[in-house]
Amino acid sequence: MAEAAPLKKLPLDAVWRARTSKFADFAGYDMPIQFEGLIAEHKWTREHAGLFDVSHMGPCVLALSDRHHGLAFQERHEKIAALIERLVPADIAGLEPGQVRYTTLLNAEGGVLDDLMIARMEEVLNGGLYIVVNAGRKHEDWALIHDAIGDEARVRREDGDALLALQGPSAERVIRDVLGEAAPALGFMQYKTMAGAPFGVMRITRSGYTGEDGFEILVDASIDPANARGFAEALLAHPEVKPVGLGARDSLRLEAGLCLYGHDLDPTTSPIEAGLAWTIQKTRRERGDFPGAARILRELKDKPARKRVGILPKERAPAREGVEIFAGDRKIGVVTSGGFSPLLNAPISMGYVETAFAKVGTEVQLSIRGQMRAGEIAALPFVPHRYVRKP
Amino acid sequence: MTTRYTKDHEWVRMEGDVAVVGITPYAAEQLGDVVFVELPDVGKVVKAGADMAVVESAKAASDVYAPIGGSVAAVNEALAGSPQLVNESADGEGWFVKIKPDNPGELDALMDAAAYADYVRGL
Repeated sequence: MAEAAPLKKLPLDAVWRARTSKFADFAGYDMPIQFEGLIAEHKWTREHAGLFDVSHMGPCVLALSDRHHGLAFQERHEKIAALIERLVPADIAGLEPGQVRYTTLLNAEGGVLDDLMIARMEEVLNGGLYIVVNAGRKHEDWALIHDAIGDEARVRREDGDALLALQGPSAERVIRDVLGEAAPALGFMQYKTMAGAPFGVMRITRSGYTGEDGFEILVDASIDPANARGFAEALLAHPEVKPVGLGARDSLRLEAGLCLYGHDLDPTTSPIEAGLAWTIQKTRRERGDFPGAARILRELKDKPARKRVGILPKERAPAREGVEIFAGDRKIGVVTSGGFSPLLNAPISMGYVETAFAKVGTEVQLSIRGQMRAGEIAALPFVPHRYVRKP
Repeated sequence: MTTRYTKDHEWVRMEGDVAVVGITPYAAEQLGDVVFVELPDVGKVVKAGADMAVVESAKAASDVYAPIGGSVAAVNEALAGSPQLVNESADGEGWFVKIKPDNPGELDALMDAAAYADYVRGL
């Protein structure tokens, strides 16, 4: 491997160093991977509330350039939505103020370049879109967006601030105790800008990547680092909150059946193969005006050649990424994420198989270190989602 | 009985005419929660330094190497149902295999407890 650039430090590095020494490189950032123990942290998140630092990710604001300042709020939104809809298949124009959608950046062949969240901001500071992309893809994504929008709009990076995820059934209670009533009023996939004391400007979405109720909060660390530090310490002081590392973040999202970019999604994979047809709203399907629409619309109509599925190995050996999946002698697919489910106390995997073998209950064989072991296609998610939706 | 250690964090000690092998508490702590251990078949011939078992933690899979050459005389069946024994008692109940060594003298080339402690401190 080439000599790596020095690892970037999280804005809250000292907060985590005081609580663990287990750090590792992830997407160029020195990230805490474990605190009390992966399984303990995982279970705590499912039963109480886990606090994750995801500041390595790529939050940014997409805003129209100044020459559009005469436009009304709704017109501005339609204009900016049309710009980003060149790259993603979600209905962005149709977002209500404060609404969030999960979507994908697509290449011309309909392959996934990244998955991301897009929120329509409220009518403050002229609105705009709040976008969060993946850590390992942020520079490529921002370059792609920049090229697509030209001088009509601009991308303002906000990845110098702290992005925290508070996840678990106690998350609402905790966020109420620390921030008051504004955040708990949000429903799943809703966004709010909170300004002022005591922790500066915050961007809050009711969302996350564990399958639990929860919030993702971007808090200032670039103007005054005390804002992010104060907020993190206030959360950690709550008896329902424990810090959780990247290790448990991965096992939680796998139990929740959620895709990890670079593993379960890549530029050869379409959103339809990945089971993400729900992220392409009707109006976009009718217009067919997104990259790779020919392939994606064909797969919607005729079914894709392969599909993302859950897999339950029947023995104790985890079937990890790269394990080949067989039906008899025939290779039918490959595992893209695999590990151990603390809740099921059993190994779990996700992968892609030929569509004819994607039915729940189909018996498969998993080639683990040269040995064929029995497995079965299983429904996703492995553990039910517990999102809190509001009208 | 003297326990010897490898740079790959296995421990080995002679009990009668067999060498009992496991991974060190340091290794178990680094791996985190152990969820599965793949052990060799009894009778398998293993070479010193060659992989002979796999330990899977919640995080990842890691190879375990034979600290001494010989044939596998027994494996720890308790790990099938209770892999967490590796975390709870890495140098005791969490042992992996017993090897009938070809040459017990090979053990003398491995680190003793003091040398291993120094080695770990230097990591």
